[in-house]
Amino acid sequence: MTIDTDTARKVAHLARIRVAEADLPALAGEFNAILGFIAQLDEVDVTGVEPMVSVTPMTLKLRADTVTEGGQPARVLSNAPDAREGFFAVPKVVE
Amino acid sequence: MTLNTLTIAAARDGLRAGEFTAAELTDACLSAVDAARALNAVVHPTPDLARAQAAAADARLKAGDAPDLCGIPLGIKDLFCTEGVPSQAASNILTGFRPEYESTVTRQLFDAGAVMVGKLNMDEFAMGSSNETSAYGNVVSPWRRGNDTTALTPGGSSGGSAAAVSADLCLAATGTDTGGSIRQPAAFTGIVGLKPTYGRCSRWGIIAFASSLDQAGPMAKTVRDTAILMRAMAGHDPRDSTSADIPVPDYESMLTGDIRGRVIGIPREYRMDGMPAEIEALWAEGRRMLADAGAVIRDISLPHTKYALPAYYVIAPAEASSNLARYDGVRYGHRAALSQGDGIVDLYEKTRAEGFGPEVRRRIMVGTYVLSAGFYDAFYNRARKVRTLIKRDFETVFAEGVDAILTPATPSAAFGLGEMASADPVQMYLNDVFTVTVNLAGLPGISVPAGLDPQGLPLGLQLIGRPWAEGELLNTAHALERAAGFVAKPARWW
Repeated sequence: MTIDTDTARKVAHLARIRVAEADLPALAGEFNAILGFIAQLDEVDVTGVEPMVSVTPMTLKLRADTVTEGGQPARVLSNAPDAREGFFAVPKVVE
Repeated sequence: MTLNTLTIAAARDGLRAGEFTAAELTDACLSAVDAARALNAVVHPTPDLARAQAAAADARLKAGDAPDLCGIPLGIKDLFCTEGVPSQAASNILTGFRPEYESTVTRQLFDAGAVMVGKLNMDEFAMGSSNETSAYGNVVSPWRRGNDTTALTPGGSSGGSAAAVSADLCLAATGTDTGGSIRQPAAFTGIVGLKPTYGRCSRWGIIAFASSLDQAGPMAKTVRDTAILMRAMAGHDPRDSTSADIPVPDYESMLTGDIRGRVIGIPREYRMDGMPAEIEALWAEGRRMLADAGAVIRDISLPHTKYALPAYYVIAPAEASSNLARYDGVRYGHRAALSQGDGIVDLYEKTRAEGFGPEVRRRIMVGTYVLSAGFYDAFYNRARKVRTLIKRDFETVFAEGVDAILTPATPSAAFGLGEMASADPVQMYLNDVFTVTVNLAGLPGISVPAGLDPQGLPLGLQLIGRPWAEGELLNTAHALERAAGFVAKPARWW
């Protein structure tokens, strides 16, 4: 499997990371080196093997569906690059 | 003697006996931090906090209420969120981030009276094996090749922790380990590093890389100190749904050094082609030392070992691509300056391109690719099936009576900063070849300094234990440490 420039562009967009057009061929080359390494996994017979979900056998615990830590909007917003009137501010999303 | 060179055990005893105060001990470490700027290990020193914590510790000591870590100066990896103190995972995307909360592990350490001298450098988001991907710049190892002044890597990703402990800037440090990030830097700098069983330490408040592999652990000068620190870091936390509700023993009391009759497995698949002769010799020496201590040595097979790294480089980037989706320029950290007419997607794409370094961008995109429609089964599900087989290899040998497994910790001694720059990313990934299996199987693993290479650089051996058996593992490590008698320290040049 070979990754071309178009695929690299698509993956960068899916990852929401801007990559300059001129950098796409080098990026595709790096992907190919890594995927070539990963391709060794094709040698393994995985017939009938379950994909691992949890490395230590455990069942998730349930807890009461109640508010544990709430009512602190100022602390939630304290690190925001742009917060106004108790909200995170972003560029216009809906026209 | 300078106080900052003490072990935790010696400092604890000295503090309790009133031979010196926590304030004096802390000042000795803060002075050492100030004098060691050249190492770039401590990236956010916290002297005011440290002195306040030391004063509180002295009051507790005076009152006779002094846990083991009371008044002990520690360094904290930048991956741990520490309330009000910069915590940015060595990434520009978290520039300026000051958490409103404290990670469970650091909370437990501070409750036990520990003192934080500062936040420690690391690879960006813990992605790296040489501490060269950090937004703060490289950490320089305190170790050198004899009189050669070439700057060496302390390893990674917990490179700041390794350098700080090795150079006596703090008595011990926290690290995290996703594929070897505690054990490899410990081996490169002649200290001890323990990656606990997955679920032993809470991950709450630790900036996530690959959640099914990440685990915090102690890095210290001796196995005893590692045991002391481990006890304070471990324990169940309702805020981490994967944290195990299993009692934490007094690990230090388990260090008898008696390993007679314990079965140590030597996995033949860890004998790699092209392995340096000194690594081969060190491994054979470790085998002999454990046999001399009364252990039963058994050759074993872990047949899927060679597939661990490729499986890791599917699973870890996949999880990272999901975890790091949260860095969007909206809630915290860096936000790119926008041009007229830019929308929300431009905000995301520009912010993430500017904020993440090249290795992090690469791994996020690889993870995005292996999770994308059409490739999920071929890559991600196949890797998770191989992970099941890797874990089964270990379960099989443990069921056959093996108590612990001895391997080299790294395929070489520390290399020079920049020496791997021209290699493709896969060459760097090979650093984790002996450690990554342990994360995939969720097991505890410890790196113990065991010798020096011909150039005078430390080499480590790794012991791998059964799940939750950190106490037995530390005891075996203690026996190995005693037999190896490693006492070398880096000659001070900084």
